[in-house]
Amino acid sequence: MISVILNGEPRQVREGSIADLVASLGLDVKKVAVERNRAIVPRSTLADVALVEGDALEIVHFVGGGC
Amino acid sequence: MTDSWSVAGRTFTSRLIVGTGKYKDFEQNAAAVEASGAEIVTVAVRRVNVSDPTAPMLTDFIDPRKITYLPNTAGCFNADDAIRTLRLAREAGGWDLVKLEVLGEAKTLYPNMRETLEATEVLAKEGFLPMVYCVDDPIAAKQLEDAGAVAIMPLGAPIGSGLGIQNRVTIRLIVEGASVPVLVDAGVGTASDAAVAMELGCDGVLMNTAIAEAKDPIRMARAMRQAVEAGRDAYLAGRMGLRRYADPSSPLAGLI
Repeated sequence: MISVILNGEPRQVREGSIADLVASLGLDVKKVAVERNRAIVPRSTLADVALVEGDALEIVHFVGGGC
Repeated sequence: MTDSWSVAGRTFTSRLIVGTGKYKDFEQNAAAVEASGAEIVTVAVRRVNVSDPTAPMLTDFIDPRKITYLPNTAGCFNADDAIRTLRLAREAGGWDLVKLEVLGEAKTLYPNMRETLEATEVLAKEGFLPMVYCVDDPIAAKQLEDAGAVAIMPLGAPIGSGLGIQNRVTIRLIVEGASVPVLVDAGVGTASDAAVAMELGCDGVLMNTAIAEAKDPIRMARAMRQAVEAGRDAYLAGRMGLRRYADPSSPLAGLI
């Protein structure tokens, strides 16, 4: 296990790719976007990017919002 | 004759853009969008709830293949956060038409124009098509257009206030000076406010709270659709001139 910051909270996750993490969280990869250490990770490369100790990840999606 | 408008090469028939916040639930939200006739909805980008990934999602209720999603940067108080948010939005949905707003303070939610201009320039360089929330200032509107804004979206009154169009003169001046679409964004409280925006020559109106916080949001959504259409028609028809005193409508000749 390695430690990462996921959506602002420290979290222990299994080693592997970002795609593995997204799947393990039960999220549909087609409905989210991922930022790693303040850089966008294109969806097509999520399976190729390995998580590294200390990574800061943001996983976002669309929610209701106005102005 | 169909009346339509275009922004960054995309053409729409409805001139009403509605938000998707503050509704009781997704069902009510979807019904209000339907009643409003809107073809574009604004959406926010937020962290997923990693503890409850099965929670219903907006996309399950409002189909992004039928309704254009316009990702916004609501809640961003500097250019960096707004740019980051829209980069994520583009990755999540693949949409480059976006709504930029960089707020100045929580109390008024007035835009920070220095940060807004900076973000507009960066986004335009990165290939985004930013529709930009701004102050009702014709000079600022020009500067935004020069910076790459594809639409100018001046506030009519503070976001969520429902106070209506406070300065018709500046909105009209922005409309007259702009070569990109102008849409009043924020401040509409009821149908007549939307009609006023359209009578001033705006290309469209964006609203959220006026519909979501109405006692009957679906009926208000319909009222807004009608008001936007009526206001647009009145603008195209060309209103009568104003007179300081009365002018009889019935002939004076032949009076008994």
